[in-house]
Amino acid sequence: MPQTLYEKLWQDHVVHQEADGTALIYIDRHLIHEVTSPQAFEGLKLAGRKPWRVSSIMATADHNTPTDHWDRGIEDPVSRLQVETLDENIREFGALAYFPFKDPRQGIVHVVGPESGATLPGMTVVCGDSHTSTHGAFACMAHGIGTSEVEHVLATQCLLQKRSKTMQIRVSGVLGQGVTAKDLALAVIGRIGTAGGTGFAIEFAGSAIRGLSMEGRMTLCNMAIEAGARMGMVAVDEVTIDYLRGRPYAPQGAAWDRALVVWRKLHSDEGARFDSVLDFVAEDIRPQVTWGTSPEMVVSIDACVPDPTDQPDAVKREGMGRALHYMGLQPNMPIRDIRLDKVFIGSCTNSRIEDLRAAADVVRGRKVASSIQLALVVPGSGLVKQQAESEGLDRVFRAAGFEWREPGCSMCLAMNADRLEPGERCASTSNRNFEGRQGAGGRTHLVSPEMAAAAAIAGHFCEPAMLDSLSEMRKTP
Amino acid sequence: MDKFVCLDGVVAPLDRANVDTDAIIPKQFLKSIKRAGFGPNLFDEWRYLDVGQPGQDNSSRPLNPSFVLNQPRYQGATILLTRKNFGCGSSREHAPWALLDFGFRAVIAESFADIFFNNCFKNGILPVVLSASEIDDLFALVEATPACTLLIDLERQLVRRPDGRELSFAVDPFRRECLLNGWDDIGLTLRHADLIKAFEEKRRIEQPWLFA
Ligand code: SF4
Repeated sequence: MPQTLYEKLWQDHVVHQEADGTALIYIDRHLIHEVTSPQAFEGLKLAGRKPWRVSSIMATADHNTPTDHWDRGIEDPVSRLQVETLDENIREFGALAYFPFKDPRQGIVHVVGPESGATLPGMTVVCGDSHTSTHGAFACMAHGIGTSEVEHVLATQCLLQKRSKTMQIRVSGVLGQGVTAKDLALAVIGRIGTAGGTGFAIEFAGSAIRGLSMEGRMTLCNMAIEAGARMGMVAVDEVTIDYLRGRPYAPQGAAWDRALVVWRKLHSDEGARFDSVLDFVAEDIRPQVTWGTSPEMVVSIDACVPDPTDQPDAVKREGMGRALHYMGLQPNMPIRDIRLDKVFIGSCTNSRIEDLRAAADVVRGRKVASSIQLALVVPGSGLVKQQAESEGLDRVFRAAGFEWREPGCSMCLAMNADRLEPGERCASTSNRNFEGRQGAGGRTHLVSPEMAAAAAIAGHFCEPAMLDSLSEMRKTP
Repeated sequence: MDKFVCLDGVVAPLDRANVDTDAIIPKQFLKSIKRAGFGPNLFDEWRYLDVGQPGQDNSSRPLNPSFVLNQPRYQGATILLTRKNFGCGSSREHAPWALLDFGFRAVIAESFADIFFNNCFKNGILPVVLSASEIDDLFALVEATPACTLLIDLERQLVRRPDGRELSFAVDPFRRECLLNGWDDIGLTLRHADLIKAFEEKRRIEQPWLFA
């Protein structure tokens, strides 16, 4: 019988199955960061247990680490304690790799895993973090888990799981100029809603997906969780293989050749049946901007802020009204007229080298608008930062008036010192625009790196292509 | 996880309905990196007269003398008697951790919030559901009897009162089995340790690069 990619991955990891369908699933890669692991390690110790296989563990500190003044260490005592506890736990038990605070390879766990080659096709990848779905870009079964499950994986190398339903999202055609994987992700969420993927494992397929780089596929799978899905995934193709070749933890030599034979089978078979199939046309998608407090509250750059009075559903209407109130926006105002206070380029959604290159291309030779109080670029990892610096991207950003920071989660969730003040409005390349996500009272608009860069230059939302005509307009009296 | 077979212990009566997880352990204590050590802050807002902060020396804080757990007759209690919908609110496991750390091994109530109920079993605490009238009677009994004890027999699914009256309760057979044997989810999974090892060995041979 033809199988979907998800079914292949599932079948390949079942250790044991109970009569009610609950299965014991083997975990190949366990990613660990400082926030969700301390109690898991403590539980393990209290029970007198040891990790089952430390060579499955890759760990890094990311959520709490500061992005500037590294010489001062971590000033917030609660943050520091979490990071030091991770140091101690890894020192005590061991790991395949640990990239602690200040290590040149440290960074956001979902950036570090793939770039080091620790995320490989066909793996089950888990982490005490919902955006673990990112790793599905490599044809992995990858999803977030809670602290009890972190302990369960540490102790047993397995998780108790029930099979998800399968959804295929097919995107035909080619994404237009300036339209990115982020816009595709937001457009999908805008259509199916933040609960549209609940109970499903989503596979992204079609020519537009094949046309995406690995960075783009990671952005897309990263956002699958915002559509409510357990995980998102993309089949292996030459793009996947090219990305992995030569990565430090990827196989080499004869093992590489053997791996390729296995990896090339990691796609849905011709005629495989999905529980749900959705079609999108790439050419229909325009750059997206969220206007509300949920990723599904999204429209294209050409649109206006929606009017709740047009919404027939009373519950939705009220939700829209509340979101507009929180966001301080008026119905029917053009998205292009929304003025910003801050710009954040970073997070596990959009902080990889390709994201930074795209943003730098927009910024090059231009200046951040004087009305913007802070424009921040936070590379996803130390290696991304190094690469960007070797290409001179840091100088491009700095010359334009951006701050160039050390890697970490930063203003994606404002657990460190980077945050919005109440009422401040931010164009952000992250993944959640929930109330207070980037700081109490802060207002977040989710966009692609190109759009965030253009917004920093213009001071309001605008497509990169329009920046020149804007500055012409400013010159003419 | 410690086994739960029979518990003969002092009962502390908490005469309130809808006790939520924030009341069980207030949110300022959730930033801790530990799962042990929450006991001194169990019911913090009711137990102390000041506002508790993490890392504080709790022994020097002013106690609220009227709060049940501060009364001498309930010292050393291992059974909490309360009203309906106990444990509503957040899904975090800090609430059962705090109860356990304080010394409670069983909670008797008319009903429990769903996630909290499951989390109790995961942590070796037995939640016992009794009828409203049985609960009323127990409150009266505990009030009238200094240092009142109850015997909770999980094997026979009975609560025995000092006067010999027995109250039976229902419990999921699988959950019961786990508690009687001291199996947590991890313990259960480890019963399949041989299967996991065999699976792992096969995988290591077929795809050795996954084990680098
Ligand atoms: S960058 Fe944001 S979403 Fe990603 S792991 Fe960090 S906090 Fe979570």
